[in-house]
Amino acid sequence: MSRRPYVHEISRTAWFFKRPRYMRYMAREVTCIFIGIYTIILLVGLARLSEGQAQYEGFLAALRQPLSIMFHVLALAFSLYNSFTWFNVAPKALPIQVGEQFMPDSVVSGAHYVVWILLSIFILYWAI
Amino acid sequence: METFKADVAIIGAGGAGLRAAIALAQADSKIRIALISKVYPMRSHTCAAEGGAAGVVKPDDSYEQHFHDTVGGGDWLCDQDAVEYFIHEAPKELTQLEHWGCPWNREPDGSVAVRPFGGMKIQRTWFAADKSGFHILHTLFQTTLQYPNIQRFDEYYATDLLVDDGRCQGLTAIEMKTGQMRRFQARAVIIAGGGAGRIFPFNTNGAIKTGDGMALAYRAGVPLKDMEFVQFHPTGLPNTGTLLTEACRSEGGVLLNKDNYRFLQDYGMGPETPLGKPELKTMELGPRDRVSQSIWHEIQKGRAVKTTWGDCVWLDMRHLGEKKINERLPFVRDICISYLGIDPVAEMVPIRPVAHYMMGGIHTDLNAATSIPGLFAAGECACVSINGANRLGSNSLVEILVFGHRAGLSALEYVRDQKPGNDAALASQGEAAQAKLRALFMRDVGKESIAGLRKEMTDTMGEGVGIYRTAHGLTETCNKLADLRRRYADVALHDKTNVYNTDLLSALELGSMLDCAEAVAVSGLERKESRGAHQRLDFTARDDNKYLKHSMAYYSQTERPRIEYRDVVITTSPPGVRDYSGAKK
Amino acid sequence: MSDNRLGARQVELEVLRYNPDRDETPSYQRYSVPCKNEWCMLDALNYLKDHIDPTLAYRWSCHMQVCGSCGMMINGEPKLACKAMVRDYEGVIRLEPLAHFPIERDLVSVADDFMDKLKRVKPYLIPAKPKTLEEGEYKQTPAQMQRYRRFSMCINCMLCYAACPEYGLTKSKFIGPAAITLAHRYNLDSRDGGRDERQEEIATNEGVWECTFVGACSDVCPKHVDPASALQQVKVASTVDWYLEHFMSWNKK
Ligand SMILES: Cc1cc2nc3c(=O)[nH]c(=O)nc-3n(C[C@H](O)[C@H](O)[C@H](O)COP(=O)(O)OP(=O)(O)OC[C@H]3O[C@@H](n4cnc5c(N)ncnc54)[C@H](O)[C@@H]3O)c2cc1C
Ligand code: SF4
Ligand code: FES
Repeated sequence: MSRRPYVHEISRTAWFFKRPRYMRYMAREVTCIFIGIYTIILLVGLARLSEGQAQYEGFLAALRQPLSIMFHVLALAFSLYNSFTWFNVAPKALPIQVGEQFMPDSVVSGAHYVVWILLSIFILYWAI
Repeated sequence: METFKADVAIIGAGGAGLRAAIALAQADSKIRIALISKVYPMRSHTCAAEGGAAGVVKPDDSYEQHFHDTVGGGDWLCDQDAVEYFIHEAPKELTQLEHWGCPWNREPDGSVAVRPFGGMKIQRTWFAADKSGFHILHTLFQTTLQYPNIQRFDEYYATDLLVDDGRCQGLTAIEMKTGQMRRFQARAVIIAGGGAGRIFPFNTNGAIKTGDGMALAYRAGVPLKDMEFVQFHPTGLPNTGTLLTEACRSEGGVLLNKDNYRFLQDYGMGPETPLGKPELKTMELGPRDRVSQSIWHEIQKGRAVKTTWGDCVWLDMRHLGEKKINERLPFVRDICISYLGIDPVAEMVPIRPVAHYMMGGIHTDLNAATSIPGLFAAGECACVSINGANRLGSNSLVEILVFGHRAGLSALEYVRDQKPGNDAALASQGEAAQAKLRALFMRDVGKESIAGLRKEMTDTMGEGVGIYRTAHGLTETCNKLADLRRRYADVALHDKTNVYNTDLLSALELGSMLDCAEAVAVSGLERKESRGAHQRLDFTARDDNKYLKHSMAYYSQTERPRIEYRDVVITTSPPGVRDYSGAKK
Repeated sequence: MSDNRLGARQVELEVLRYNPDRDETPSYQRYSVPCKNEWCMLDALNYLKDHIDPTLAYRWSCHMQVCGSCGMMINGEPKLACKAMVRDYEGVIRLEPLAHFPIERDLVSVADDFMDKLKRVKPYLIPAKPKTLEEGEYKQTPAQMQRYRRFSMCINCMLCYAACPEYGLTKSKFIGPAAITLAHRYNLDSRDGGRDERQEEIATNEGVWECTFVGACSDVCPKHVDPASALQQVKVASTVDWYLEHFMSWNKK
């Protein structure tokens, strides 16, 4: 008799239940669905705006529905989660070397947070 | 039986085997090279070397210095023509590795940095953090990937050499994934099978270091040279034997007995050097044989630290501080914490001497050629000899490069005018090797177990052939080994599966180890003097009149090996006194 | 000094066995092994092989976390058996061969695919400016070396492949973490000029663009090589390449 390597099939739909770290990855990926939907809503709003005031008022009214508010709160939470996870891994993609040392991860992701907060303040200030 | 044809077959893909393969491939793109190894190349034990590799580069250094350190370190048992060749080739080989991408540590100006090492008077050890051997091995392996004429046979276990018409013309090997025997027909064979440290109960060597390469040549009639010289490294972890690199001491770590006294000063290596300021070639940076022997004496005098793993002394690195330890010795810290539960930053580490390296091996000449035409050997399995009675730390990583290269070129030169062999004769030798294997495979489960025999072998080696030896102990060990070799004929396998049968490999490896162990013990018994790593309590002095000679052990299937002697080549350095006191500096 | 900090206990091991000569599918076998607390899993396996069952097959050599032979799944996580300490586990410990690789036998997996991938990414120095030995070494400052040093520490243990779901889901089409990291290591080396050749292999769909940044490779890597970082860097660099090529055609090399 000779070799007969055994190949283990992996489930294409349930593999991520196997380890917590895969679940965390899936969570990060799933959150972008909400961000995607939010973007579509935003685009729809723009379209309505271009169609005239009445249409836009209708759109705004729809936004005030409890269901819609719930969705937005969720989407905000998820997009925060998504941003946090990405900022935290940013140092991996963009390591910054100064002399022989690499900047500590906290500095690189910290810079992301700082820019993010500054931008948010700027936009909020400008919007209000 | 499936047969592969090549021009040169190399057994072993550690540093020496890979270097030989590259030398061949670069010299001639038409030559077919079969690189055969029982493990994937990057698993070879070269990866375990931490400290570094010696080669003269700095302006304050000279070839003469490296020559004298090596010859004196080897207690004048080195062949000086070989050392001469070796030291001149060393920097070239190390530079060559640099050109292939090896990440040697650097000076701020971008040139290669060197560190101090035991027994070397001048800093000349090139290093890649505490992973020198690892980087050498991976650089070599990765470099081989660009040569299509190097065909690798990974996880093939070489069992026998094919010698016909007085020439070595190939080998047989077991393909582990199928369990089938394969025949390699080649016009020359290079053995680069590594050391045999596993014959000792307490050693720094990986599982693969079972002396297969030595046994292959030995059984084919090539003598094993200077086998009694076994290096005991002073600083092994007391339970696993894991090596704590000499860099622990070159960075400033010190050895203490149970009274926290730096005892090396009592053994001709004083006076004491200031804490944290190690000086070259004295105290903690004395040569390995001397340091290990001093530890043995401290233990005899009852000044050892008692641990559950036996008598130890302390290695104290606390004064180096956490920062330096993390920077220079991160792996050492890791290992102490994992295997011993001790953090060297906060506590002293118990250590004891551990079998580490075989100075002896397959007898070759300067060209890496053995006494059988067409058979070459290089690396730890060979003995050219540059290490003499005691190898200096960081010489052997260079030896595998220099003589791996040499073996490749010598084999190339040799095969150029070789006629093809006699297929029928080689085939029938292959069949015979297979029949032998089948007999072992088919044998009913006998009363001798592989693990049991192995344990008896390592125990008797530990007792009789340790740091200090006596006629009585050696005789007992020789008798025991003869008995074990006889009983080995009865050993049987539990595993009768073809695919990846590690039981079968353990049995074959045990056979190799027993043959090597006997060569070590008998050569030791016959050498009635103390020199370098071979220390006899009944003959305490060096005896240049009788024993300024290499021991040559010749194999016999049924008897113990026959020992003959061969003159040492002395060119410029007559035997002198080894002085490691710091006094005159 | 006594070993009171290092006790002993009986440990239950559940080991995946597969003998292709005999078994249709793998199954678990239970062993009870007397272990010291200072032991690593490899010590337990060696005891098992020497005293209980000589037919068990697994790979090992160095027993010091550097040869990369002894990778296996321990309670579902890819680990080096010589690095995983028995004292860190409770209850029954499950040992299986590395995930995502075919099983040759017992704990031995088939490594051919990994070896092919290493070769494919040209992991050797392709000198930017060839030099002879007489001209001495290439100068490389400690800072230049630091750029790639971490990525040169890979011991080829394949744990990252066993952790990477993409490697499993693409049925090993993905070149995978360690091989791409090694290519990147040479790309970052100041002495090297072979980046274009390597990018042809790694900046592709089977290469780095198969990676969705799960990050599991870096979590399990026993040598802190951080392959996930290398892969993201390759993505950034090849995106920059793409823009340079498509929008700044005058900038072409
Ligand atoms: C822990 C440790 C630290 C060390 N540190 C240093 C140091 O700092 N400096 C220094 O100079 N030296 C050091 N040494 C010594 C040095 O590393 C070795 O002497 C050297 O690496 C040996 O290389 P090699 O190529 O001869 O053998 P190896 O690297 O051991 O390779 C042997 C090869 O032979 C193959 N093989 C064996 N038997 C068979 C068979 N039957 N069939 C097929 N293939 C086979 C194996 O698969 C392997 O590929 C150290 C050694 C150890 C153990
Ligand atoms: S990157 Fe890490 S986990 Fe992957 S093979 Fe290399 S050492 Fe192993
Ligand atoms: S045995 Fe070498 S890495 Fe575990």
